[in-house]
Amino acid sequence: MAKKQQQPKLDANGERKQRSQFGEAWHRMKKDKGAMLGLAVVSILVLVAILSNFLLDYDTDVVGMNTKERLQAPNAKHLLATDEYGRDILFRILYGSRYSLSVGLVAVAIALVAGVTLGAIAGYKGGAVEEVIMRFTDIFSSVPNMLMALVVVSALGQSMLNLMIAIGVTSIPQFVRITRATVLTVRNQEYVESARAIGLSTPQIIISHILPNSLSPIIVQTTLRVASAIISASSLSFLGLGIPAPNPEWGSMLSGGRKFIRDYPYMTLYPGLAIMITVLSLNLLGDGLRDALDPKLKN
Amino acid sequence: MHRYVLKRIILLIPVLLGVSMLVYCILDLAPGDAADILAPDDATLEEKEALREELGLNRPVLVRYFEYMWKLLHGDLGESYLSPVSVWSAFTQKAPNTLKLGLASVIFAVGTSLPLGIYAARHRGSWKDAISMILAILGLSMPNFWLGLLLMLLFALRLGWLPSGGADMGLRSLILPTITIGTGMMATLTRTTRSSMLDVIRQDYLRTARAKGVTEEVVIKKHALKNALIPIITIIGTMLGGILGGATLTESVFSWPGVGRLIIDSLNGRDTPVVTGCIIMTTMFFSVVLLAVDLIYAFVDPRIKAQYASKSKKGGEKKDGEKAATA
Repeated sequence: MAKKQQQPKLDANGERKQRSQFGEAWHRMKKDKGAMLGLAVVSILVLVAILSNFLLDYDTDVVGMNTKERLQAPNAKHLLATDEYGRDILFRILYGSRYSLSVGLVAVAIALVAGVTLGAIAGYKGGAVEEVIMRFTDIFSSVPNMLMALVVVSALGQSMLNLMIAIGVTSIPQFVRITRATVLTVRNQEYVESARAIGLSTPQIIISHILPNSLSPIIVQTTLRVASAIISASSLSFLGLGIPAPNPEWGSMLSGGRKFIRDYPYMTLYPGLAIMITVLSLNLLGDGLRDALDPKLKN
Repeated sequence: MHRYVLKRIILLIPVLLGVSMLVYCILDLAPGDAADILAPDDATLEEKEALREELGLNRPVLVRYFEYMWKLLHGDLGESYLSPVSVWSAFTQKAPNTLKLGLASVIFAVGTSLPLGIYAARHRGSWKDAISMILAILGLSMPNFWLGLLLMLLFALRLGWLPSGGADMGLRSLILPTITIGTGMMATLTRTTRSSMLDVIRQDYLRTARAKGVTEEVVIKKHALKNALIPIITIIGTMLGGILGGATLTESVFSWPGVGRLIIDSLNGRDTPVVTGCIIMTTMFFSVVLLAVDLIYAFVDPRIKAQYASKSKKGGEKKDGEKAATA
């Protein structure tokens, strides 16, 4: 992605600037206002998630109760109001970004590693191996994601790690499909054949020749999947199956605020807004990446 | 074509078997069982064991699974552990509510997103397009339980126009949950409609039609939309297939007595037969609807019908592989 951007190089004559494939994509993406906004917000959120660990004291600012200041409307001291235990909602939301982002990233990392491996094997090997992998993928993906995640998380028990596993495992099929499909399109290219001719082993060919050339759709899918993983995580927490209270996960904050929605809608309003902003910026970034990496699709 | 349908139905059987086995075994991993939930708090270990014996929970999981499968193959989804009803009757009692809600949501989504998507495509690049697309991506990014709570807050609690939950007030109680589920669907469908319309909108035959003097309305409705319909139908089909399993959160926000809440309650009660049964039914519904959508293509698009025809001559193996790759 952006980090892989290479500096524009001068060619032999020193005249035309040439960019790498990713440099080219970055150049295109810079013109996309939505994508740049998304990238900016995502970067800020990552910073917030890292810094909140140092700037906020978990025991006093995040989960510490202060009944004297319970259920306050937004004011100068508590910009986004307080909840039923007098905890500052803004602090909790800021700290909560740690949960949402880490669950989203780890879950998708699980799905990415497992899905890309299986998909690449299925696409490259073909035959019986492919058949077995794809049939399992079919079985797994024919259950609605949310239901599957519900079943997995309720079987494993309520914890952050289990939430990551449940969401990660249910996102595997998409990665298998997309990797297999792209591998199928590049596997018969001449450069793969020549790699085979010079005696590279199958894993070497897959890792160094096939995957780099099928990277674009996987990158786009990863970004969009993080967005939906964040929604799934907060949904499961909202149903009481995710990260348990008093941890300030956005979904469980929302769920806790339901009882007070009539008179103190802040507890419901702001955590939801936080989820939406996060997911929105990831979606904008994902859309921008798709347009930039695959200009054929953009008309 | 008949052979194709038959093949798809036969392929469904291993998938359903796999799903049932997966769900049954995952649930068995969970600590605690229905006996813990059913037994009174002061029950002794012996009493719990007796209860397990009565429910058949003391036998190994594989034995129970195969017994379950045996019944399933005879069309029997088994009995609930927790309540004295069969899984089938528990499911059929709730399913109509969820189907009603799902259908209403799909209708809402189609009714709003087709005009919006077409409008955006026709004004491509203008501020009208930008606003439609911003609406769509907002709808896509909003967690639907949050949207549901906001709608409830505004229309039920503040304005008092609509009930805040339950299904007792007929159409009036359907409105808020419908919008809640429909908004997410609308977002996806608007984007698909727009991009699919953009694909056809600059084709030569549209220019020809305009040159002939066909009115803009007919050009859009008859020449453009018809040719842009396949991706749109695919998305609508996936939505329709997903309605049984996709309402869990909305049902729990609005206390809607549907399948989603039945599944959550049964999960909490470790009522494995009910959970497995509901998931099997949901999966079957999804697959059958998708199959139906595939068949609808042939009616909508004569080009695809021609493919079916040529395929049955050549034997459709290869085509199937390609289908899976694009799915």
